[in-house]
Amino acid sequence: MPKTTDTRPAAPQASGAVAPAELPVLPRNPGMPLELDWVEDARVNRSAVERRAATLRTRRTVKKEWQAAWLLRAVTLMDLTTLAGDDTPGRVRRLCAKARRPVRADLLEALGAEQLPIRVAAVCVYHTMVETAVGALEGSGIPVAAVSTGFPAGLSPFEQRVQEIRASVAAGAEEIDIVVTRAHVLTENWPALYDEVRAFREACGDAHLKAILATGELGTLRNVMKASLVAMMAGADFIKTSTGKETENATLPVGLVMVRAIREYRERTGHFVGFKPAGGIRTAKESLDWLALMKEELGDRWLRPDLFRFGASSLLTDIERQLEHFATGRYSAAYRHPTA
Amino acid sequence: MTSIPEIFQTMAWGPAPEAAGPAVQWLESHGRAFGHFIDGEWTAADAGASFETLNPATGKPLARIAEGSAADVDRAVRAARRAQADWWALGGHGRARYLYALARQVQKHSRLFAVLESLDNGKPIRESRDIDIPLVARHFYHHAGWAQLMASELPDRVPVGVVGQIIPWNFPLLMLAWKIAPALAMGNTVVLKPAEFTSLTALRFAELCEEVGLPAGVVNVVTGDGRTGAALVEHPEVDKIAFTGSTEVGRLIRTATAGTGKKLSLELGGKSPFIVFADADLDSVVEGVVDAIWFNQGQVCCAGSRILVQEGVTAERLVAKLRARMERLRVGDPLDKAVDMGAIIAPVQLEKIQGLVKQGQEEGATMWQPSWSCPTDGWFYPPTLFTEVSPAATIAQVEIFGPVVVLLTFRTPAEAVELANNTRYGLAASVWTESVNLALDVAPKLKAGTVWTNCTNVFDAAAGFGGYRESGFGREGGREGLREYVKWAWEKEGGTAGEAGRREAAPMSGVAPEQGASVPPSRRPAVPPIDRTAKLYIGGKQARPDSGYSLPVTDAAGQPLGEVGLGNRKDIRNAVEAAHKAASWARTTAHNRAQVLYYVAENLAAREAEFAARLARLAGDPDAAAREVALAIERLYTWAAWADKYDGLVHHTPFRNVTLAMPEPLGVVGVACPDDFPLLGFVSTVAPLVAMGNTVVAVPSEDGALAVTDFYQVLDTSDVPGGVINIVTGHRDELSGVLAAHDDVDAVWYFGTREGSAEVERLSAGNMKRTWVSYGRPRDWTDARQGAGEEFLERATQVKNIWVPYGE
Repeated sequence: MPKTTDTRPAAPQASGAVAPAELPVLPRNPGMPLELDWVEDARVNRSAVERRAATLRTRRTVKKEWQAAWLLRAVTLMDLTTLAGDDTPGRVRRLCAKARRPVRADLLEALGAEQLPIRVAAVCVYHTMVETAVGALEGSGIPVAAVSTGFPAGLSPFEQRVQEIRASVAAGAEEIDIVVTRAHVLTENWPALYDEVRAFREACGDAHLKAILATGELGTLRNVMKASLVAMMAGADFIKTSTGKETENATLPVGLVMVRAIREYRERTGHFVGFKPAGGIRTAKESLDWLALMKEELGDRWLRPDLFRFGASSLLTDIERQLEHFATGRYSAAYRHPTA
Repeated sequence: MTSIPEIFQTMAWGPAPEAAGPAVQWLESHGRAFGHFIDGEWTAADAGASFETLNPATGKPLARIAEGSAADVDRAVRAARRAQADWWALGGHGRARYLYALARQVQKHSRLFAVLESLDNGKPIRESRDIDIPLVARHFYHHAGWAQLMASELPDRVPVGVVGQIIPWNFPLLMLAWKIAPALAMGNTVVLKPAEFTSLTALRFAELCEEVGLPAGVVNVVTGDGRTGAALVEHPEVDKIAFTGSTEVGRLIRTATAGTGKKLSLELGGKSPFIVFADADLDSVVEGVVDAIWFNQGQVCCAGSRILVQEGVTAERLVAKLRARMERLRVGDPLDKAVDMGAIIAPVQLEKIQGLVKQGQEEGATMWQPSWSCPTDGWFYPPTLFTEVSPAATIAQVEIFGPVVVLLTFRTPAEAVELANNTRYGLAASVWTESVNLALDVAPKLKAGTVWTNCTNVFDAAAGFGGYRESGFGREGGREGLREYVKWAWEKEGGTAGEAGRREAAPMSGVAPEQGASVPPSRRPAVPPIDRTAKLYIGGKQARPDSGYSLPVTDAAGQPLGEVGLGNRKDIRNAVEAAHKAASWARTTAHNRAQVLYYVAENLAAREAEFAARLARLAGDPDAAAREVALAIERLYTWAAWADKYDGLVHHTPFRNVTLAMPEPLGVVGVACPDDFPLLGFVSTVAPLVAMGNTVVAVPSEDGALAVTDFYQVLDTSDVPGGVINIVTGHRDELSGVLAAHDDVDAVWYFGTREGSAEVERLSAGNMKRTWVSYGRPRDWTDARQGAGEEFLERATQVKNIWVPYGE
């Protein structure tokens, strides 16, 4: 039987090196001066991006143990979120309890994963719920993220928006999800966008800044790319797709453009920036598509909570059901899993 | 077993196998041995010789396949012949129902087909499942529609008859669909020979034909290797051969069928350029390269195997991005749903790839492959990128047919086009730029049947696919693809000689007035008439023949009438060069070309009597001569009229893009003009070519050459740019042979003898130029359908499909 002449040792295919459980803490993105030429040179071909996004989901899949492990990983990347007008302290405390124990212990045991530290990456709330959440999560190591700066439209007075960040940080929020002024993008006023994010970043202090671009309101993928670059130049720790309140939320084509911006920024500056798709991610299958996107386009390092988050509220339930299905071979029901 | 906590840490890909069970079960149910499908019956698998078909991912046998003998082929062809009349008589709607049923059946059994294809061919299940099989179903649906519409949309056409179809191993079922669907839609019956490496899906398809109750003999499948194919090509009862495969075999088929009158369509090799301009979305370009050369392990005739990129920063960035991307590609079990590349079809192909890669390195190019290694239990080859490649390198010129891409740089758009066209092939090209100006400037300049902008390797039944140059001729898909499976109704009627042959029958008494030479010698005036020397007409000037000889032309009574230059191969060479220099004719506006042709008509009309007299002397019948000149003027009007009206199409391909099907001129066309109407035949052949933007080297009929040499002055006074029409008089068959053998001539039209037709077709195999020959059959040049039909426009052009996705 003829063989290939390749004599190199067989290696796990294209999986890269095995990442250790605990990874070194990465330095924050310090940002850089606004480089307008770079922004203006951005090219995004929508049809080609859509084609890649569509085939990414058909080129990669994980099954059986791999799927279960990946779903557990997805749980740990989740910003468990409640951003409703009827949020109350009680509701937020329930959410925090779920954040500590997102997957039933017996289920983890059935998966042989009881020793894994399965808890969500953060709990994400409005400013008024920050204190409640911080209290409820005490000792868990789970940070609280606050949406801020006039979320979701971001059109309250500038000083007020900056003040809101300071207040949330003072209340114990370790992560601030800011919204940008869409008008700056739509009018291509990149210096204004840069200055705004830069000011928000300064207001954050040690808290990490996630810049919500509200991509559903930016009109074009090229604008998404440009806004991503400007936000990173201004020092965003994460760039995030949506508030969850726009009519179009996190889509894979938008995500693809943003992660390519992150890769470009990393290649040209050496700085790491995280990515957070949010809004509309409801099924376990979708979460796997996003993980595949990160692994394929950015690499395994971006499968950790310091560089990747899902903003989600109902996703967790579907993941729990799929995990139980894997463990038992029976399709699961939502009511079998503790609610938030 | 890898544990969940372990995977949780590594986040590695795991196995994701598609079950082979149902496909294996199907093989077992046939005892892993197959006969041929002939006349609706299966022959015994053990009736004759057989061979094994292997799984390229394991090297293990899948089944035994019958080796079709000449007798098997003969029985299949005869069955197809018997079935053809009824199949055609069934009507478009009846045929549409069958094609629709086949489409449905393919969809219903889509996964079995996909798995079977991946087992037999080695392509990833993702591709067979998401690309090959859906396109197969789409092709049958689309052509069910053409069957339905044939009577109204192609009213003057009839089926070719029995079609022999030979398909390759890289897209086994898809190529079957591309062949069978249009053939059946147009009322033909077929004998299909699958590639010997990949017969299984064709055999399963034959079962579908049984299941839908397709009449016996309409589709016959005879398996075997090249010898079986050769028997099919040589079978005298086959009316057409449709072949997809290598240029080498295509050339053999062209030669073997020369002069037989068999219609021929060939879809051959390629070395398609993939052009990246500095303003392209480079990340999308990288995915484009993946689709271009790592699709189907690069075993794709239209694979974008030559990356041409803007020199400098763009090239450097692209190489870095490509290498990073290649590192993440996955090669492995074709039935794994998460691999990008499967196995190479066979050891012979793997060795060819390895040999060419070695040669590429020896010739000094830089090879790069990912750090991971391929499985070794089948025939696998890693994605490979060559940089520092010069156009002169072997790997930049020959078709590798594997996952190996070469990268070259250019400085300007003009140089990109030059490099892109620096190949014998012309199948496809892709252009990557965010500028619509640049894309639509470059696309028409590329010598390729398909140009994809900002995408690559996308196909659809509604768009024509096929080559320029040595990538073959004919189109598959779209309205343009139907032409390959029909002929004109008048051809079936046997054609009418019309006034052809009138020359022989002409009365001797018809003597033209005026001309000095016609005056009886005894009454000649003392001062002789001024000698008129008809030279050749090359580059807009009269040129003396290289030979220094002349050829006498006699009148209808056999009396000397004059002399024309005796052109030879050097004159043809000069004429072809002049024709190339006039290539800008293709870029002048269609309006302008129309104006020039109208002007030719005007100037011919001004000398109508003179031409009529000349023709009368040549042929002997003044009335017929007058009619011929009048008709020639009218015909010039016809082609002037068409110059700006033979529009392209926008195909409805199923995603967000416009697919422009543009008729383009062929280039330089040699024309051997018919004998029976010296002037009308010349005008009827040259004018449509010129109207469509071709430049022409015409060889007038020997007997009537003086009618054409008189035409020089008409051309001179009509603003016809020099070199657009070149005329070389002499021995027609000798000169048309030189044209047919000339590798810088893009097409030859030949209206002469049967032997001359065979010779033109045989010699055309050198550069696979398009040919249109008469096989010595009569054609009534005075008849509007036969002498000026749409056929002339189709023959004077080739269709380029330009795909333009859009969206911001």
